[in-house]
Amino acid sequence: MSTDQVRVVVTGLGATTPLGGDVASSWSALLAGQSGVRNLTEDWVDSVPVKFAARAAVDPTEVLPRPESRRLDRTEQFALIAAREAWAHAAIDKVDSERLGVVVGSGIGGITTILDAYDTFKEKGWKRLSPYTVPMLMPNGAAGWIGIEIGARAGVHATVSACATGAESIGYAIEMIRSGRADVVVAGGTEAAIHPLNIGSFAAMRAMSTRNDEPQRASRPWDKNRDGFVLGEGAGIVVLESEEHALARGAKIYGVAAGVGYSADAHHIAQPEPTGAGVMLAMRRVLENSGLTGQDIKHVNAHATSTPAGDVVETRAIKEVIGDHPLVSGTKSMTGHLLGGAGGIESVFTILALHERIAPGTINLDDLDDGIEVDIVRGAPRKLPDGQIAAINNSFGFGGHDVAVAFTSV
Amino acid sequence: MALTEQEILAGVGKIINEITGIPADEVTPEKSFVDDLDIDSLSMVEIAVAAQDEFGVEIPDDKLKDLKTVKDVIGFIQG
Repeated sequence: MSTDQVRVVVTGLGATTPLGGDVASSWSALLAGQSGVRNLTEDWVDSVPVKFAARAAVDPTEVLPRPESRRLDRTEQFALIAAREAWAHAAIDKVDSERLGVVVGSGIGGITTILDAYDTFKEKGWKRLSPYTVPMLMPNGAAGWIGIEIGARAGVHATVSACATGAESIGYAIEMIRSGRADVVVAGGTEAAIHPLNIGSFAAMRAMSTRNDEPQRASRPWDKNRDGFVLGEGAGIVVLESEEHALARGAKIYGVAAGVGYSADAHHIAQPEPTGAGVMLAMRRVLENSGLTGQDIKHVNAHATSTPAGDVVETRAIKEVIGDHPLVSGTKSMTGHLLGGAGGIESVFTILALHERIAPGTINLDDLDDGIEVDIVRGAPRKLPDGQIAAINNSFGFGGHDVAVAFTSV
Repeated sequence: MALTEQEILAGVGKIINEITGIPADEVTPEKSFVDDLDIDSLSMVEIAVAAQDEFGVEIPDDKLKDLKTVKDVIGFIQG
């Protein structure tokens, strides 16, 4: 497990998710097999065919001071909360700001700001628009605010690749450090897209579960009776650091961000390529990029969204490239699908799985679909082996984006 | 009935607190928005719009840039 590249380590974790307002509460709820899905109570719920979502467990406006909340889109609120937790966790007293970067993206950006602002514009005119409307709606807003807060001047970036965004951001951050552009990078993904327009639009694609009578059973990756994804919201952020920088300051290291593999399906704007060729290419490339073999990989946090099309193909790709030995978890069964935030929180979960040697379970998997020949962690979590082990987080997005990020234990 | 300077100050303090989080009692007449209260131009626009709602006095953009202190705003609202 060695490469001649700069080693990138994980020194901080932050999250706010449908399972908890921070990493510790999210992780313990995940291991307990809890569902973050709940009924929507907004008055618009009658206008859409899906009556539930995985709302954030802690509303960000309860955490942030009101003057700050009102100038941030909800996407930015989640990202700042998770970034502050990750930054505090990393406990970096001193860093050269020209060597400090941010890569935080969102799949959609400040869409609720756009829609609410347009209502204001139509009803009251332009003078009533908040002067913060533009920085709230721009998809790089979260990255910008985090960069200002920590003084990151090496470069502040926002990747946009739908549901692969969070993983792509972390991959980009690994490359920023490896290429010598930065010593420390705050990276991850965020999303806040629970709005009737989005639900209506995803429903128009027939992509969402409509299991309205059993919302907590609706997100069921690999189950024969899955009928679509469940929309979630929140953010997951990591602090990545060159090993040299981390060791020099005596930082606690939670894992190694070993590498990233990117590919694209070049097939369809929203449907996964049916042979899994793109997914396999991303996984082959992550092994190559990390200097790992399939045998090293003991755990996969799968993309597994609970849509009929993608779940099984991904498992075939895992078997083909890595083998049938890793413990494969579908944590969206509990968190719902955070879109651009998914790769962020699932990377946090993958790092914790290695650090604590436990693969989270997959709930609602009553009847395993045909053609799945990998070791899915059904129900309760399972122990991961001792020794040096590695894991992969897969994230795929509309547009045909395939991203796999590899982490190894310390 | 016209508001007293004290009433306007209290109203302005409340608006500034709502928008920026600065405690209302720190909003005193001699304070400069930029130098003392660290309020940026975007927040000044928000404050001007809120003041218009509260006091029924429109602050045009070309006047807004001349309002440097809390006292200037009170004076403008008093007319």
